[in-house]
Amino acid sequence: MSLRFTRAIIVGASSGIGAELARQLAAEGCDVALVGRRRAELDALAAEIAKHGRKAIVQTHDVTQVDETPLVFERLVEQLGGLDLIIYAAGVIHVPEEGVWDARAEMQQLQVNAVGAIAWTTPAAAMFEAKRAGTILGLSSIAGERGRRNMPGYTASKAALTTWLEALRNRVSRYGVNVVTVKPGFVDTDMTKHLTKKPMMIPVNTAARLILAAARRGDSASVFVPFQWWLVAMVLRHMPSFIFRRLDI
Amino acid sequence: MSAAPLRATAARRVLDGFGNSLRSTSLSARPTNVEELAAVLQQAREEGLNVSFRGNGRSYGDASLNTNQLSIDNRGMTRVLSFDPATGIIDAEVGVTIEDLWRTGLPHGWWPYVVPGTMFPTMGGCTAMNIHGKNCFKAGPFGDHVLDLDLMLADGSIKTLSRTQEPDLFRAVIAGLGLLGAVTRVRLQMKKVESGRLKVRPIQTHSLEEMFDCFVERMPQSDYLVGWIDCFAGGASLGRGLVHQANYLSAKEDPEGRSLLALDAQGLPPSIMGIPRSMMWRFMKPLTNDAGMRFINTVKYHLPEPHDHEGVFYDGHVSFAFLLDFVPGWRNAYGDSGFIQYQLFLPDATARRAMREALELCQRRGVVSYLGVFKRHRPDEFLLSHGLDGWSLALDFAVPAGDPQKLWRATNDLTALVLEAGGTFYPAKDAVVSAEAFARAYGERLSRFLAIKRQLDPQTLFQSDLSRRLLLY
Repeated sequence: MSLRFTRAIIVGASSGIGAELARQLAAEGCDVALVGRRRAELDALAAEIAKHGRKAIVQTHDVTQVDETPLVFERLVEQLGGLDLIIYAAGVIHVPEEGVWDARAEMQQLQVNAVGAIAWTTPAAAMFEAKRAGTILGLSSIAGERGRRNMPGYTASKAALTTWLEALRNRVSRYGVNVVTVKPGFVDTDMTKHLTKKPMMIPVNTAARLILAAARRGDSASVFVPFQWWLVAMVLRHMPSFIFRRLDI
Repeated sequence: MSAAPLRATAARRVLDGFGNSLRSTSLSARPTNVEELAAVLQQAREEGLNVSFRGNGRSYGDASLNTNQLSIDNRGMTRVLSFDPATGIIDAEVGVTIEDLWRTGLPHGWWPYVVPGTMFPTMGGCTAMNIHGKNCFKAGPFGDHVLDLDLMLADGSIKTLSRTQEPDLFRAVIAGLGLLGAVTRVRLQMKKVESGRLKVRPIQTHSLEEMFDCFVERMPQSDYLVGWIDCFAGGASLGRGLVHQANYLSAKEDPEGRSLLALDAQGLPPSIMGIPRSMMWRFMKPLTNDAGMRFINTVKYHLPEPHDHEGVFYDGHVSFAFLLDFVPGWRNAYGDSGFIQYQLFLPDATARRAMREALELCQRRGVVSYLGVFKRHRPDEFLLSHGLDGWSLALDFAVPAGDPQKLWRATNDLTALVLEAGGTFYPAKDAVVSAEAFARAYGERLSRFLAIKRQLDPQTLFQSDLSRRLLLY
């Protein structure tokens, strides 16, 4: 099965993987709604997409404003004339300095990476369940496999997102709804700019291509991007805690 | 008191018609008392949302769907407010079910006058649809036994309605499809019964004519009469089937019957042919196609039901009444495209001819109903009631996954047939009738209903997918 997407919402489209996914979707003939905080970036992306002759709706929105989400979602679906794909790509990362403890910064990652995803994917799941079709794609991370000493809030938020998406998949796959969890390794974007160790890093267009290929398969799966991270995840997941805690990751 | 903003915070519910062929998402609220209900209505008005009501979702089509708008879940208000074992009068909130009624009344010898084939409908649905049962020819519809009810209007005010208090509105609210306001409470008269069981006589009828004749002959001495029709049979056997005649038993006729009024003497069997009831639909699924259903209908027609030397058997009220509840989840057997029910209501004068034509039409088109149910009706006092001096035939059609148009073409022709015969449609079952056809069937009655609607609810707060399909505003 190869799904073709014609109307998509991309949450977190102003930069990084989200922006690139929007570009590639538009290039293959999909109308897109671009949701993000930064107006200028979204406008620039929309102008670029318009060159492909596709509709690009710009919607500024802060994913932590969860009470706005249902209304924004409904409006975008109406403007697109329906929906067959929603991508949640919004994400923030905070790497605390040694000896610094900042609860607000840690919680912010839960709010953006996990709570925002719940707010956006819930109305989409309800709509797709009723339609008996649709794809929900969430950008989680290999970082969600273990709680790491150098990015505790981020790893906790991605673990929450991964579990949430798994639960969604288990809830709606019986109704023909496709839920895809994407766990990228290191991708060359603004978000990873400040990280010091970036093994197996891939360019953002390669990542987006692999992600969309996984979504089109339509088989409700959890995928590593690129797939080699699966092996890394296996090793990390099974590493005894007394060893893992000694690693500097 | 005010409710939280609904668009931003209300839960979403995927709602389906009981036929599983229509489905959509709505915002949902479940008020637990009239104050909360009034607050929800006010909030909906402020946000420009329209409102429909939903109980246990037993309407087959779109009567309880309200796509992307607000659906008020009646099941927050489920209290039996009072029950008098001396008179059999029960006062129940809107979410009380038929099951609650008999569980309350039966131990004291009271059974609801009118029950449908399932015990799950709520008072809200029974009132809005003015439902009927297997005794419609005798006991009339549900509304005939309503003594009074409370209606919350769009502005949150409450009116008590009865045959003496605003009788015109009372007669418009019953069978009013939930479009005039929120029914919050219904007071009902129940029927005295002296035995926990009924005497049932199964009668095989070899043709449609025989089925009609059997009803005509037996109506005067029956309390219940329902016919089952094998819709696959053609030629001289067209309309063949089985009639169940049932009668209440007096204490004199059935001295042991009194002990069977106890709740633990009632109920449905835990298994059918050794298969647990909850698993049964999975076994039905491979047979839910034309070949399988032709086979099952044939077997059912020829298989004699166990009865005594007088040709009768005894059945508890619950197991006789709620045939649709024997197999929980049976609608799933129709698969993901679901099914529709099309019930033809035909006046006495034209019914024999029109029903024959309907069965023939279905066979010719290759869309044969897997279940045919035949009943006699009588006219009633309610403005938009489907009741008439005539007959009904309820047909369950699987929606063909590959070619649904084939079914819609056939139902369009059935609609033309009903109109030509001077019949009516029943919104609790309907998913396919057009606004034009509905208006033709209801004529001047519909104009009167809409005049009341416009006066009581000028902002059209109360709507549903059905009301928009049939242009009921």
